[in-house]
Amino acid sequence: MSQVPLTHILFVSTALFFIGTYGLFTRRNMITMLMSVELILNSVNINFVVFNKYLYPEALEGVFFTLFIIAIAAAEAAVAIAIIINLYRNFRSIDVEDADELKF
Amino acid sequence: MPNAACILLIPLLPLIGFAVLGLFGRKVFRSFSGVIGTALVFVSAVLALWAAYGFFFGRGDLPSFSVTVLDAPWLVFYKGLSIDMSIVLEPLTVIMIVVVSLVSLMVHLFSLGYMKGEPRFATYYAFLGLFTFSMLGLVLAGNLFETYVFWELVGCSSYLLIGFYYDRPSAVAASKKAFIVTRFADLGFLIGILILSFHSGTLNIDDLSLLSNQPQATGASTLFLGFSVLSWGLALVFIGGAGKSALFPLHIWLPDAMEGPTPVSALIHAATMVVAGVYLIARLIFLYALYPGVLEIILYVGAISALLAAIVACTQTDIKRVLAYSTMSQIGYMMFSLGAVRPGGDPTAYTGSIFHLFTHAFFKALLFLCAGVIIHRVHSNEMKDMGGLRKTMPFTHVCFLVACLAIAGIPPFSGFFSKEEILLAAFRADKFIYAIGLFTSGLTAFYMFRLYFSVFWKKPQRADHAHPMPLVQSIPLALLTIGAAFAGFVPIPRFLLLFSETEPAHASPVFSIPPVTIALLGIGIAAWLYKEESDRPGRAAAALRGLYSLARNKFYIDEIYLFVTKKIIFHLIGRPAAWIDRHIVDGLMNALATTTARISASIKGLQSGKVQDYAWFFFIGIAGLAIFFIYIYT
Amino acid sequence: MGWVPFVFYLISAFILVSGLLAVTSRRIFRSAIWLLFSLTGIAGLYFWLGMEFIAAVQIVVYVGGIVVLIIFSIFLTQQTGKELPPPVRSRTLFSVLAVCFGFILTCILIRQYGFPPPPRYTGNPPDMSVGAIGSQLLSISEHGYALPFEVISILLLAAMIACIVIAIKIKPGEK
Repeated sequence: MSQVPLTHILFVSTALFFIGTYGLFTRRNMITMLMSVELILNSVNINFVVFNKYLYPEALEGVFFTLFIIAIAAAEAAVAIAIIINLYRNFRSIDVEDADELKF
Repeated sequence: MPNAACILLIPLLPLIGFAVLGLFGRKVFRSFSGVIGTALVFVSAVLALWAAYGFFFGRGDLPSFSVTVLDAPWLVFYKGLSIDMSIVLEPLTVIMIVVVSLVSLMVHLFSLGYMKGEPRFATYYAFLGLFTFSMLGLVLAGNLFETYVFWELVGCSSYLLIGFYYDRPSAVAASKKAFIVTRFADLGFLIGILILSFHSGTLNIDDLSLLSNQPQATGASTLFLGFSVLSWGLALVFIGGAGKSALFPLHIWLPDAMEGPTPVSALIHAATMVVAGVYLIARLIFLYALYPGVLEIILYVGAISALLAAIVACTQTDIKRVLAYSTMSQIGYMMFSLGAVRPGGDPTAYTGSIFHLFTHAFFKALLFLCAGVIIHRVHSNEMKDMGGLRKTMPFTHVCFLVACLAIAGIPPFSGFFSKEEILLAAFRADKFIYAIGLFTSGLTAFYMFRLYFSVFWKKPQRADHAHPMPLVQSIPLALLTIGAAFAGFVPIPRFLLLFSETEPAHASPVFSIPPVTIALLGIGIAAWLYKEESDRPGRAAAALRGLYSLARNKFYIDEIYLFVTKKIIFHLIGRPAAWIDRHIVDGLMNALATTTARISASIKGLQSGKVQDYAWFFFIGIAGLAIFFIYIYT
Repeated sequence: MGWVPFVFYLISAFILVSGLLAVTSRRIFRSAIWLLFSLTGIAGLYFWLGMEFIAAVQIVVYVGGIVVLIIFSIFLTQQTGKELPPPVRSRTLFSVLAVCFGFILTCILIRQYGFPPPPRYTGNPPDMSVGAIGSQLLSISEHGYALPFEVISILLLAAMIACIVIAIKIKPGEK
């Protein structure tokens, strides 16, 4: 573990974060946007775990944060799917460009 | 001498009449409104006569020249300079309130019969009440600005009364013309007031008169374009007076004002409103006497007006127009008489002017009221439709004849005495003006008798129906006839000079011979030309071709005014100003609004409703903040 | 290079490539599968780090729960065979630029900071067993996480109810 410097792992998680952001900007399908959000959350999880491992090996805070984030991500994904299903019923499509009624 | 409350009632009673009749006359009182209006003015006239009696006969022991009845500060600018509502009684003022209230009473009485059947009867009497109130307020004012306030009120009442028949476009145009021309002159009046008040520090007329004793007041020394500022102020005040008194060149409204009902012409444009200018100059004569330059202007303007009006009156065919120009001519007399005042000289010029004002009120009102009766009889204003009326209207004939003799200056009628004083003053001041005055009195006799003979002596032009004149019309005519005949014997000059030590001047009887001779000559020529049907007038007119057409068209002065306003002012000033207003000023505002709308529309697009756009903005914001806080803010 | 770093770089490459494919794939089902691979790769990363418990939780919850949920929703809402429409050209360009910019900025920051380890390491071996995690999770002492635990359970309950309420289908008869 100590052979790989901390910064390298952080580069990896940063790259994953920005891949998820790219997907958030570009994808037109709501479900694929959700997938990108999951990628972002996972990159944050990696960060927490790695900080715990490298900087504070005796403490467990990073683990707990990660657990909570996983739980919350699960709940959020569930609610998001429910909303998407509702939107699908109303607009008959899950293209995010079609859900633009909240405008000027 | 009545107390202050009664004096206050003199102008207030007609005002109450205006309010009551204006609010309730149409629905509640209807034809009774005339009686109410007349009764209120009657009480006012009685109070005025009582005040005159008390003032002139009962105050020998009181030393002061003027009595301040009421002095209520209204608008105080700083200590000493304030607009007060004050009522001051001077000999001139007392004479004026007598004249105004009496003539107004006669007109009120006459209108009871003349305007009977008019649907807006109550409104007419309300307006008459308003006018009487304004005129009385004007003459009773003790503060110069207060005079201005009532001046404007008089102009407003005149506008309302001239345009009384508002369904006639000519009446509407005439009332607008009167109002605009007098308003334009009042601009000069206002500037004059401001200059006077600034340099003398007071608006109170009595205090202004006191200034005349100290010519080295501040205003006298400051020069503007070579003349002292105070003389500019006085000249501007004169311009205001000239507008209201229809002097050349601001006279264009007076002939058109004949569109109003004839009793209105009798009241306003013969006896009272048009003499307001004369009254104003007379009131301030102590100040004017310090500036002979301004007096020269007044002298010449008055003389030119008198001559011009007399020439034009010789050719007019509308009976009311002839009388209107006659009024202008007589006011020209009064004005140039005031212009002949010389400090240290005898007071004939001043007393003559006011005396003529007094007598003129009687005979001119009488002339207009008779004209009203005649017009009503033949249903036309034109002289060619009248003729031979002396047989069918004997009473009117006598009244008219007396008035014509009075205005021509034939003794012993009233006009003779007052004209003699004016000509005496002119003779002593400037011989050239005396010559003009003499010639004009000849012309006056000529055109008045031209009118008289054309109306009463020629062959009857149309069959008319005779019906007896109601009492309410004949009583005023009779009273005014008595006044026109005998008012010359009222010692107005003595009244005016009651509190100064000077005595009114008398001239030898020889002096009166030239005016009377010229007047008789004028009467003779008029009789020769007009007494019977003939072609002599036509031949005389053809002989004086150029002059005749010039006079017939009133010297084209109206056309000149129209040309100046339409071609020059409207085109060169009005149109560009309107263009600037519409395109630049409004354009600026519109550009502001449309620019705001466009910016707003483009910003509006940011709220696209798309989630990814919002995510985008989010990211940009965070990136910007991150860079800012990490690198720039240290 | 020893095989430990080599394994790490292999796993990271796997994660990143799967993630990239997940966000750029044109077929939605394939995108879900790539996501699955990416999440499994992350679990592998946790294993490599020695955090077995987290890895297990990752597989159970994320891979087994969330990805399955996503696949169910794909089935519910559209035909899986159809191709997704391509994204707008300008948006792709700007997004790539923005993402690259963000990535480079963050990497610079990371490199600048360096993350030196704090000098509190006493040399005790870390205790990462499930029992230790569990007991600290539920303890109410200074480092205990009992309160967040309870809050999370309420959150999950709320989320469950919310999902049911939002997605419930009102029968046309009863409004």
